[in-house]
Amino acid sequence: MSAAPLPPYARLLGLTLEEDADGSPVLVMPFGTDVLGRPGFLHGGAIAGLLEVAAVAALRHALAAEGDARIKPVNVTVDYQRGGRDRPTRAAATIARLGTRIANVEARAWQDDPARPIATARVNFLLVREPEVGRKAGETLS
Amino acid sequence: MSGFDVVRFAEALRHGHGGRVGIGYHAHGTEPDAHWVELALPYHPDLIGDPESGVIASGPIATLMDMATSMAVWRRRGRFLPHATLDLRIDYLRAARPLQTVVGRGECYRLGRSIAFVRGQAHDGDPDDPVAHVAGTFMLMDGWA
Repeated sequence: MSAAPLPPYARLLGLTLEEDADGSPVLVMPFGTDVLGRPGFLHGGAIAGLLEVAAVAALRHALAAEGDARIKPVNVTVDYQRGGRDRPTRAAATIARLGTRIANVEARAWQDDPARPIATARVNFLLVREPEVGRKAGETLS
Repeated sequence: MSGFDVVRFAEALRHGHGGRVGIGYHAHGTEPDAHWVELALPYHPDLIGDPESGVIASGPIATLMDMATSMAVWRRRGRFLPHATLDLRIDYLRAARPLQTVVGRGECYRLGRSIAFVRGQAHDGDPDDPVAHVAGTFMLMDGWA
């Protein structure tokens, strides 16, 4: 995980950072008024925001191994599968493909059971790599 | 005319996530077939996703467009009826400029028996230079438990 702290928007969502068994980032969002949509349910926008933060965290984690790059979200497609109820929501993401200029990331959010997500998202990022970051893996950066 | 009072409903949305993000009413279509609603998202430091540039995160724009397109559906249906977001796709055309208010326009362009189809755009001052484009669907929940 990048040492960078979570941005203000992640604090607005109340997010905290955990790690899974592999050391990959997992974001946790508590239920509360700040993320509430219709009574008793999470707001779809808050779920989308959580998924995007999780996608960024996973991508930064993956990029940390090969030097950093600036990342810009190009688009996100969120599929909502279940209503988000009054309990914590977790989100994590996997990198489907990490290219030179584009990263395809798949994020998922769940509550009780990771196998039963409440929403998933595909997020595509544009990567703007610094020139020295373009070196092959294994080459020492001075 | 739609019986759905956009202005009054937008006031009621001041609590919850939309209120926390700071979303408020901006404009809406008043012609009989103008099923569009515009909501405003003023700039606020709490929305920042990239502290270096001060650019807001993409999540608040998702919330803005989810709400604007939802209200466009209720505008078209003539009243508030529960629905659930089935999917929402957002293209981020460019970063919103720091300090600028983002205005999101949602439109319901097709209302089926079970699904409402919506689209919208967001801009930060010039509607001809949008920051985001969205397309989505809502599942209508009428008659559901």
